[in-house]
Amino acid sequence: MSVSFSFAGESLQPLACGALWWPGESTLFVADLHFEKASHYAAKGWLLPPHATADTVANLIAAVESTGAQRLVCLGDSFHDEAGPERLSDEARRALMTMTRSLDWWWITGNHDEDAAAVLGGRVMVEGRIGPLVLRHEADPADPTPELSGHFHPKLVIRHRGRHIARRCFAHSPTKLILPAYGAFTGGLDIADPALQAALAGPVTALVVDGERLLRFPVG
Amino acid sequence: MELPNIISSWFAARGWQVRAHQLAMLDAAAKGRHALLTAPTGAGKTLAGFLPTLADLATNPAEGLHTLYISPLKALAVDVQRNLITPIAEMGLNIRVETRTGDTPAARKARQKEVPPHILLTTPESLANLLSNPEAAAMMVGVKRVIIDEVHAFGTTKRGDHLMLCLARLQRLAPSLQRVGLSATIADPESWAGWLAPDADSTQVEIVVAQGGADPAIDILVIDDRIPWGGHNGRWAARAVMRRIESARLAIVFVNTRAVAELVFRDLWAENDQSLPIGIHHGSLAPEARRKVEAAMAAGKLRAIVATASLDLGLDWGDVDLVIQMGAPKGASRLLQRTGRANHRMDEASRCLIVPGNRFEYLEALAARDAVQAGELDPDGFRPGALDVLAQHVVGCAAAGPFFPDELYDEVKSAAPYAGVTRESFDAVLGYAATGGYALKAYERYQRLVTQPGGRLRLRSAALARQWRMNSGTIVEAVAMNVVFGSGKSSRHGRKLGQVEEYFAGQLRVGDSFMFAGQTLEVTGFDGADIHVRMGRGSPKVPVYAGGRMPMTTRLAARVRGLMNDRARWPAMPEDVREWLAIQDRVSRLPGEDDVLVETFQRDDRWYMVVYGFAGHPAHQTLGMLITQRMERAGLNPLGFVASDYAMACWSLEPVDDPRPLFDPTVLEDELAQWLAASPFLRRAFREVAIIGGLIERVQPGVHKSGKAMSVSSDLIYDVLRRHEPDHLLLTAAWTDARGKLTDIARLAALLEQAHAGLSHVRAAHVTPLAVPSLLTIGRERVGDSADSALLLEAEALIAEAMRVD
Repeated sequence: MSVSFSFAGESLQPLACGALWWPGESTLFVADLHFEKASHYAAKGWLLPPHATADTVANLIAAVESTGAQRLVCLGDSFHDEAGPERLSDEARRALMTMTRSLDWWWITGNHDEDAAAVLGGRVMVEGRIGPLVLRHEADPADPTPELSGHFHPKLVIRHRGRHIARRCFAHSPTKLILPAYGAFTGGLDIADPALQAALAGPVTALVVDGERLLRFPVG
Repeated sequence: MELPNIISSWFAARGWQVRAHQLAMLDAAAKGRHALLTAPTGAGKTLAGFLPTLADLATNPAEGLHTLYISPLKALAVDVQRNLITPIAEMGLNIRVETRTGDTPAARKARQKEVPPHILLTTPESLANLLSNPEAAAMMVGVKRVIIDEVHAFGTTKRGDHLMLCLARLQRLAPSLQRVGLSATIADPESWAGWLAPDADSTQVEIVVAQGGADPAIDILVIDDRIPWGGHNGRWAARAVMRRIESARLAIVFVNTRAVAELVFRDLWAENDQSLPIGIHHGSLAPEARRKVEAAMAAGKLRAIVATASLDLGLDWGDVDLVIQMGAPKGASRLLQRTGRANHRMDEASRCLIVPGNRFEYLEALAARDAVQAGELDPDGFRPGALDVLAQHVVGCAAAGPFFPDELYDEVKSAAPYAGVTRESFDAVLGYAATGGYALKAYERYQRLVTQPGGRLRLRSAALARQWRMNSGTIVEAVAMNVVFGSGKSSRHGRKLGQVEEYFAGQLRVGDSFMFAGQTLEVTGFDGADIHVRMGRGSPKVPVYAGGRMPMTTRLAARVRGLMNDRARWPAMPEDVREWLAIQDRVSRLPGEDDVLVETFQRDDRWYMVVYGFAGHPAHQTLGMLITQRMERAGLNPLGFVASDYAMACWSLEPVDDPRPLFDPTVLEDELAQWLAASPFLRRAFREVAIIGGLIERVQPGVHKSGKAMSVSSDLIYDVLRRHEPDHLLLTAAWTDARGKLTDIARLAALLEQAHAGLSHVRAAHVTPLAVPSLLTIGRERVGDSADSALLLEAEALIAEAMRVD
């Protein structure tokens, strides 16, 4: 199990798989699952490997089992496009519907998927709130309320001795925490990118889970 | 064949004789045979290729496409148009010649399909796109000849695979099509005839060898009997090179990499007391910048141009009278091709000056000169056609119209690179093209190829055909970033100087300076795909990218060994080199003709092992990886290694007492598989096959991923495939490429066998003369300004120790 850190007075644990675990609320957060991204491209003629959705679902199940989460919050862009749910394989659909029944499952709507995921069960909302935290898809720089969000797919890019190292990361500022993309087929945006910096509204730290350790990299 | 009057009188009017090889080409055409012409530069090669076309059209005027001419370069097609149209006009022939490349406007392309010219000048990529049109069959049915210029530029590449698949298609549309190959320098015309011929049947090809051409005059630059110990691009001689340029009309200075081009240009400029107009030309420069230099060159406004291989191919550069090769030429064929750029008159000798970078390179230069004089060129390594290219071709065929898999299989097999492709592989390619070829069946409803009643395969939609045309081709550029001069917000506002590879750009920070386009540039900022720069001062801080070097060829390596062992040749060598070899012989020994010399010695607290494999840089690089891995397992604590074309040197905390077990050839496959799978080589190769094979979209020029970066990267796909579909066609293709191109496994395997059979181990008392060039490169890439003097002292100590004979 990973190391906790404090955010808005709450103790949160970033997990190596890219999820965020909040033991106090028994809640697991994930962002940007981008289910059925590959089939979205396949329909256009780019026959990408069809395994990503199954991989992502399997990771979700593993994270729920290892944490014992009672609630799961998807922070938007759960599907790559609105028609995504129709393209799910039977296995993936069954697995997701089993989870939405057995957990308190929230779908925050994103900019790719709107409320498409509703057909799978669970609650659909534009914004959520748990304790002191507001939950939304895309960070709102004008809102000073402590906030969890996704959307940007932050990654940390380090150049060291001519080597180029890129890892998914949690982007952290005093009032905001942006989760990495959880989907198996999602790229990332350099945490130093101005777009991310603007969204985070404050000094930024990249949090990278490396095995048992939580590494912190001040950015900028 | 009789030359029509109109043509023979054109020759006569110029006081020219039709040359023997030109007659032979006419003869081959009259007999309806394919032909391969090899001729020295200036021998009228292009005209010889076209003469049968002109003769036929002069005698039997007809509408419709008669001859296709295929060039590796867009610019060449433009150039030949000039050289072909002039004679046609002067002969008063009614023959229309047009070009078709990526730059041709869409309206003209459409018109060409309706009213084709008699002669169409094009590139393999444009030909493939043309053939993917449903109208192509009607346009091509009457084509009589296809002329492939500079065949040596195609043969052993994916472009060559692609081209031969297109020729197989053409031959099917126009069964009496005559194939004509034109080439400057090739070692083995017979095997090239096989490459060119339908069904790889070289007996169908008339081989015409143009005689004559004066022997090239190749000179090796030596100043005061001195050759440096280290370095490999001849920069030490900038001053002398500038003096030679001053005494020439027009010189081309060839270098081996783009990065070195920048450095050499700067060195020459520093010695350019007379401020002669000199230019620089390489593939990373923006097209406008390149065209400007080319135009200045053609107009006679330049006195010298520093260039990489982007100038290698047969453009007529006007009055070049001196070719200067900085650093070793790496191959005899390469040297001859480059020398051929000087003096396009067949009866005058081409002049070439080689500037060796170090003592090994002096021997290599001498070896290359010997080889050229002996007419011994480097054989080309033909290999089976790539499956990613075949996958692209199959979809292109479907874009032209439905096909029967059996018929297409026969057609594909008639292309020489694919003569050996099994039905099983072919079906796997079809399966991949249709549904992605996954063991997990998920894409039935998205198949790109659909089976029609009757068994023909067709493309699912016209949109897929358009998509294919946007993405076809086998040249995959590395992900590049624009170098933009000026403070504009994007490349549209600033002045674009050219491009650098993304991973080079990844090392740069704001404030860093680097060499580009002959200037020191300072990074002022990054914006999407743009690096903004301004003029920098002084020496660049960031070392330039040194990749893309060609390894020394096997034959040349054998000649270098020969020179070391042939003492009769020593007296003619500079004193520096003689002494270097003689002392090596005393304190250690010289590498034999076909053994593997391994030296071990202690220096400071480290143990060194130097392996003289003469197997080329990539093979030595892989050897270094392999040997240090094995040393690790043996508990010898290896610390690092360096590789050159001649040797691999590694160092460790514990001594290697017996090197033999480290060279065991048997476990090679397994160890390499492990290493390669984790290395960036395979990822880079995968990106290429994924684009060529049509799995992911080619990044279109001018379009760059926006801030969100939502596109699927080839790295992610690679990881998923390795996990779930380890036998996927594209992984196999990437693996094949990585092995061949990036790591030179064949030469490494040969080296290990050689070591197994004849390894000579010398325990030297101290560093040896031959080891010095390798040891001097250790840590080079990490050197900052302040470390320079420390390095200098270290070099001095190394040399003093090596030359000690007590």
